[in-house]
Amino acid sequence: MKRAIALTINGVRVEAEVEPRKTLADFIREDAELTGTKLGCEHGVCGACTVLLNGEAVRSCLIFAVQADGAEIMTVEGLAQNGQFHKLQQAFWENHALQCGFCTPGFLMSSYALLQENPNPTEDEIREGLSGNICRCTGYQGIVAAVKSVAGSAE
Amino acid sequence: MEPARRCSRGVGMAGMVPAEGGLPVKPPSFEYFAPTTLDEAVALLAQHGDEAKVLAGGQSLVPMLNLRLARPAALVDLNRVTGLDYVRAENGHVVIGALARQRAVERSADVAARQPLIAAAIRLIGHPAVRNRGTVVGSLAHADPAAELPAVAVALGAEMVVTGPNGERVVAADDFFVSYLTVDLAPGEVLKEARFPALPPRTGWSIVEVARRFGDFALAGAVATLTLDDQGAASDVRVALFGVADRPVRVPEAEQVLRGERPDDDRIAAAAEAARAALVDPPSDVHASAAYRRHVAGVLVGRALREARERAQASG
Repeated sequence: MKRAIALTINGVRVEAEVEPRKTLADFIREDAELTGTKLGCEHGVCGACTVLLNGEAVRSCLIFAVQADGAEIMTVEGLAQNGQFHKLQQAFWENHALQCGFCTPGFLMSSYALLQENPNPTEDEIREGLSGNICRCTGYQGIVAAVKSVAGSAE
Repeated sequence: MEPARRCSRGVGMAGMVPAEGGLPVKPPSFEYFAPTTLDEAVALLAQHGDEAKVLAGGQSLVPMLNLRLARPAALVDLNRVTGLDYVRAENGHVVIGALARQRAVERSADVAARQPLIAAAIRLIGHPAVRNRGTVVGSLAHADPAAELPAVAVALGAEMVVTGPNGERVVAADDFFVSYLTVDLAPGEVLKEARFPALPPRTGWSIVEVARRFGDFALAGAVATLTLDDQGAASDVRVALFGVADRPVRVPEAEQVLRGERPDDDRIAAAAEAARAALVDPPSDVHASAAYRRHVAGVLVGRALREARERAQASG
């Protein structure tokens, strides 16, 4: 039986009626029509579905949309402002931190969360902070370099 | 009068067989409840019996639902119940409530001061996003045999506070973990709190594991604590292994080698060998053979004891 829920995603209120079994990831993609958030493994190991829930990085494939009723969500679409890349996106671009781009939204959200908590991480801290995200294309060096280049700059 | 006990059963992820066309990735339908009090939650669980599962962090349960390895008819979500997310020092223990997130416990000043082994174990769990939602108590109630926190609970002699339709009861960790994903929780019961004894003075600790990648489930792991007396001999030793049986196991054979003796390298090596010899039938699966698990368990017991010794000696 469906339930009415309302979330705020990137500052915009989204309402829908959903089955309890619908994951937050599917809600974001289907009901909010924000397809930046990707589905990789759908069992919590790849990080492609990473979003911020009330400011914390979470795996949206492991949360049901009904659990996020009333919550504030940030997805990759919420990074760029006024048509300008967020500095993380710019850094990913400049450091060749993406190829196919499928893992990229997840990495951007994990990186964003990492830098919110630890604005000046060491390389080890970056690697550990991003350890929950898998990339099949790049070999990670560019991703780490991108986050490093943003680390330490005023947020 | 003790309530009749049955154990909650679940299905594990190891050994899953892909269906035609690949694994399912959407959960089956369930009734969903989000009570705002623990009493309501207990009533709902009692009403639905074996068909209901508690949803807290969801980092173990929801993957099982997504892969359709579990099909509970009802989920009772505890996340709207307030007042369960505490972690604090109390009467020589660290007490952790059902909704305390792993990350919060990892960073707790009380945990760092009183029982750092808990924080060290949490740092081995998954990845930051998993720890933001996952709960310490949930990991204990889920009882994956390769999980770190159940082994820490067994090594330290933690107590589980269970609440249900017949009231509250306390279960020792040794009795709580029954088998693979099976714990001493009857239908309608919820694991409400876990109490870990604080680290005694002059006690070192360690937790070490082997996994294919950092954050993966452990193939095998060891937890050790070592308390030194005034002569530098081990007055108390605890060794527990995880990933080598259907639940975490204490290793008295290793503990006996050291108890009352100075924990020098030779004695620790003998304790490690005793641990290896004591492992009669570790599991063999796609991740590791029985022989490998047995060998690694011995190596890890040695490493854990040496590390615990260094910490004990450093604590003055």
